[in-house]
Amino acid sequence: MKLLTTSAMALALLANSAAAEGELVLYHWFEYIPAELLEKFTAETGIKVTMDTYDSNEAMLASLKAGGIGTYDLAVPTDYMVSIMIGEGLLDTVKEGELAKKSNISPEWADPSFDPGRMHSVPYQWGSTSFAVDTDVYTGDINTTDILFNPPAELSGKINMIDSQGEVMALASVHMGIPQCTNDREQLKALNDMLQNAKQHWASFNSDTAKEVLVSGDATVGMIFDGFSAKAREERASITYAFPTQGYLVWMDSIALLKDAPNRDNAIAFMDFMLEPENIAAVSNFARYGLGVSGAEEFLDPALATLPEANPPATAGEGVFVIPCDQETQAVYDQIWTNLKN
Amino acid sequence: MAGGAASGGSAASDTYKQARHWLLMPSWLVLGLFVFAPVCVMVIYSFLTKEFRGGVIWEPTLTAYDQFFFDRGLFGDSDPVLQWTYIGIFWRSIWQAGLATILSLVIGFPTAYFIATRPAKTRALWVFLVTIPYWVNLLIRTVSMKFLLRDEGPMNDALLSVGLIGEPLQIVNTNLAVQLGLFYSYLPFMVLPIYASVERYNFAMSEAAADLYATKWTTLRRIVLPAVKPGVIAGCVLVFVPSLGAFLAPDLLGGAKNFMIGSLIEDQFKGNAGNWPFGAAASMILLSMVLVVLILFARQQRRAEAVT
Repeated sequence: MKLLTTSAMALALLANSAAAEGELVLYHWFEYIPAELLEKFTAETGIKVTMDTYDSNEAMLASLKAGGIGTYDLAVPTDYMVSIMIGEGLLDTVKEGELAKKSNISPEWADPSFDPGRMHSVPYQWGSTSFAVDTDVYTGDINTTDILFNPPAELSGKINMIDSQGEVMALASVHMGIPQCTNDREQLKALNDMLQNAKQHWASFNSDTAKEVLVSGDATVGMIFDGFSAKAREERASITYAFPTQGYLVWMDSIALLKDAPNRDNAIAFMDFMLEPENIAAVSNFARYGLGVSGAEEFLDPALATLPEANPPATAGEGVFVIPCDQETQAVYDQIWTNLKN
Repeated sequence: MAGGAASGGSAASDTYKQARHWLLMPSWLVLGLFVFAPVCVMVIYSFLTKEFRGGVIWEPTLTAYDQFFFDRGLFGDSDPVLQWTYIGIFWRSIWQAGLATILSLVIGFPTAYFIATRPAKTRALWVFLVTIPYWVNLLIRTVSMKFLLRDEGPMNDALLSVGLIGEPLQIVNTNLAVQLGLFYSYLPFMVLPIYASVERYNFAMSEAAADLYATKWTTLRRIVLPAVKPGVIAGCVLVFVPSLGAFLAPDLLGGAKNFMIGSLIEDQFKGNAGNWPFGAAASMILLSMVLVVLILFARQQRRAEAVT
């Protein structure tokens, strides 16, 4: 995946001239859209879609800042990255009335904190991030963040973490009950110490194979997104997604209009296309995540409604978004992360 | 090059002399565009101010190098003391790459020797066999290696069934797995140069040594090894240098728990840190280290040539 992203970055620099009429250049996560859906878009509109993929929000941001702007029409950043990109001036504004299907956005996602009034983006998928446990191997209570950060002896050395600073730090803050991006020095020191201590129990940091290590049994516990966990359960029935009482992370990926999009009209057409209930439901059926469009129920796989990964029990703590830190706190976070990986 | 032209001295080489600059143009262009220019960008970036969340501000500073060598505490305002974090990461990478090189040499030398001493007809076949796994992408080979070494993988299964071990060896996500991965990735780079040297070696010299009552060990140490030394050194450099910057094996086989040089640099560009100048500075320091190794190698080569 990393190699792919890197070569995508290189291609981005060369692809500038490729954009002509009837094209759309999409910058998207890997394994996150069914190929048939892109074919359907081309069949309906005659617009040819080219897609490059990335494996983290940060990699996407780096590629855009390194010259990708002006190459791509749309990207699919996660909530906090939408606000970062707005702040960096990397997103274009969708003018009032440009999107014919804007009213399809379901009310709870129509005015989110990361993009007030949906001026730059439309909902793609949303879900949660916590962790999954193989409950054949471990039979104790799994709905606590202690499983990751202060695990019982039998789980030590059997834990895979997502290799992403933002999510690990946010969930660690939830575990400790401190605010995200705190600038309280005592809290930051405690966070550093807690992670240093937790690391001895972790086997690996791996995002790309977060699902595979659980299915293969290499890891008994794995930090993971809910949809990935659902897919893992299809392959190994004992994999159970946890909703910790301390809380967990929620996220929403949105299709965002990039600044200097070479095919701006086609990009708007694609955003409209993805606001069509039938189309966005196809993504949910594929990726096993929630959607943010009204009236899609009839197109959804019925199994999704009762998915244990999408229906938190009453005991679950609050779901929180990852918050982007300010520059000063981010510097401390970087230091903590380096300490952790040293 | 000059030596070759002088000894050739034919009309043909004069013809090429006229056009030499033009004929060399493509090489210079490639070198300039794809080697020199990117390195220049890196040098310049390493002396610029970091922009929050990636990018650079065009104000010259030494901050990136300062960050590498001095530790100012968690909050960046303590008195600076010598920083061991990054030096430690570099040392870990050098250590890993060094062990992988030694492992490659221990396995690669006998392999190369074996191939070079086969009848001329079958040698090509052996060389061909060495290269077969390298038709497959490095990423796929590294993942396959992980499957082989897993706790419940074929290697542990085999050892268990033979009764050599009582419970599975935990190899994946350890440093040993990284060394094995690097060794496996770059072994042919060790075998092929050594093979080329041994093949040119005149085995009559070994016979002469034996006639003069040298033991086999003495012959190897005093006659064979000095003769094939350039190949051995070339092999070591070819394994050590790419191992130093590798990040696939540490990520996939080592579990990415500890930064290596490659992953540290990657994180500066693709991670949350978004610290391009620091990534460029770390690359510069790595590049300087590799250059030192290569210069030592070149000097060694020149000395070897002077002797013959």
